Amino acid sequence: MKSNRIFDKIIGILFRVVLLVNTIMVVYPLLWTILTSFKTNTEILGNPWVLPKSVNIGNYVSAFTKANIGSYSINSVLVTAGSIILLVTMAVSSAYALARYEFPFRKFIKNIYMGGIFIQITFIIIPLFLLMTRLHMNDNRFWLSLVYAVSQLPFSIYLLISFMKGIPKDYENSAMIDGCSYAGAFIRIIVPLAKPGIITVTIFSFFAFWNEFPLALTLISTDTKKTLPIGLANLMEVQRYATDWGALFAGLVIVLVPTIIVFVLTQDKLTKGMQLGGLKG
Amino acid sequence: MNKSLKKNLFLAACVLPALILFAVFIIYPTVKVFISSLYQDSGLGNVSQFVGLDNFKAMFQDDVFYIALKNTGFLMIVSGAPTILLALFFAAMLTSGKVKESNFYRVVFFFPSILSFVVIAILWSFIYHPTMGIINPVLHLFGMADLDIPVLGNRNTVMWAIAVTIIWQAAGYYMVMYIAGIDGISKEIYEAADIDGATGIQSFWTITIPLLWDILKTTIIFAINGVITNSFTIVRVMTDGGPDRDSEVLLTYMYKHAMNASFGYAMAIAVFVFAISIVLSIISNKVTGGETA
Repeated sequence: MKSNRIFDKIIGILFRVVLLVNTIMVVYPLLWTILTSFKTNTEILGNPWVLPKSVNIGNYVSAFTKANIGSYSINSVLVTAGSIILLVTMAVSSAYALARYEFPFRKFIKNIYMGGIFIQITFIIIPLFLLMTRLHMNDNRFWLSLVYAVSQLPFSIYLLISFMKGIPKDYENSAMIDGCSYAGAFIRIIVPLAKPGIITVTIFSFFAFWNEFPLALTLISTDTKKTLPIGLANLMEVQRYATDWGALFAGLVIVLVPTIIVFVLTQDKLTKGMQLGGLKG
Repeated sequence: MNKSLKKNLFLAACVLPALILFAVFIIYPTVKVFISSLYQDSGLGNVSQFVGLDNFKAMFQDDVFYIALKNTGFLMIVSGAPTILLALFFAAMLTSGKVKESNFYRVVFFFPSILSFVVIAILWSFIYHPTMGIINPVLHLFGMADLDIPVLGNRNTVMWAIAVTIIWQAAGYYMVMYIAGIDGISKEIYEAADIDGATGIQSFWTITIPLLWDILKTTIIFAINGVITNSFTIVRVMTDGGPDRDSEVLLTYMYKHAMNASFGYAMAIAVFVFAISIVLSIISNKVTGGETA
């Protein structure tokens, strides 16, 4: 019995050593990015292990003044917020009808969305681009948001249907006896009850939209309309042969910070949601 | 207005807008991929000529296509398999009950999977940077100064470097899925095995793996498809297919053809990618499926 406990202790220590090594491998690159964003250019080109001598915010200033990070950030916020609103509106109402009513083609429509989970947007990005060009929807932040929202519909509807099924039917029945219209019962009764599901969809889509690259790269061409990931990728290309890396690191941190905040606030719901549906990507 | 008409109008308002948009922006382009692959098509020009399977014939005689195919396959194996194994390994450790602060590690390891691929690609480009990166100093530390090479600029190392980046990004994500699966396995089974004198490792192989098999199957399919699509952004930002064509993957190659207005050929590649992702999903389902019964 006693030797068993010692054995357990040794295993515990061994596990922790492995886990800590991996923690360093995950955390160190991120920490290094944040530290580097406060270094001057000569410090960046010097020894990578040295801490910055002083907190130098010059990189952040030049990120906004020279590298357009300000307008990229505004675009990212606009596009992300816009597409979340569009997605939630469409997905919640579709899921509600599909989960709780019987009507012609209901099964068929449900199957279309289920199949849609397997269509990766990068596979179809070229015909989508040609279609948008023909409809004069290219280089437009609103249409980009709409395409984002539509691309997340299958997964979101799938997740919300399983949520709606758990709400007892009596709730909206009694609301309608009280004189509520269909839309009234939906908005006043169902939407509040489905809130946990809506929050999960919002969190998932926040990460998907905030980080999205291929669509924004293809559908937006004017520099002032570009989102952060595209702006950063451009900056990376421009800087590849130059030596002014500071603004790029500042830009990386600016993209990272909102994701870190949202992640810290929601990681519990995020991992729970994964058990429900499995996050794409 | 009577009640059933009201109801139908309400349901139509709920379902139709999303469905129409989905048909226009997702279903139509999907169908279009297959049709365009049979045409000689410059995209916006109105003349497109039916060429049958010519695009596919050209594809199978294209050396760069084979490089891209080889690299995509390489990433599936060299980054896909370690991702799943590492994820399983960490999930087993964190659910073993021997690490009290397991929640902390779970959160930290999961974190890279919610980061932007662009950020990850830029970050790792710097890690691999010959002078300012942190890989070469680490090699020096272990006395391997002679390995001092621009990792991303060397044809022998570039794909390995990209594979490591993908593993770093994805392992934590699958780990969380496995932890969720293991948490769903009844504790009584493990207790019974413990009473019978099974070691932790024995329980892992005889209880955890078989009961996790369905989730494993799903994640293998996820990982294969993930590598195909995610390699687009990572390769595009890290190397853009270079040096020369040595790190081209299928979707970056497709994209380059499309941007050069050879849409028909690009769509032939897209159809091929579609096909391999479906075929590989079916194969891995069949191969792993045999053992559940």
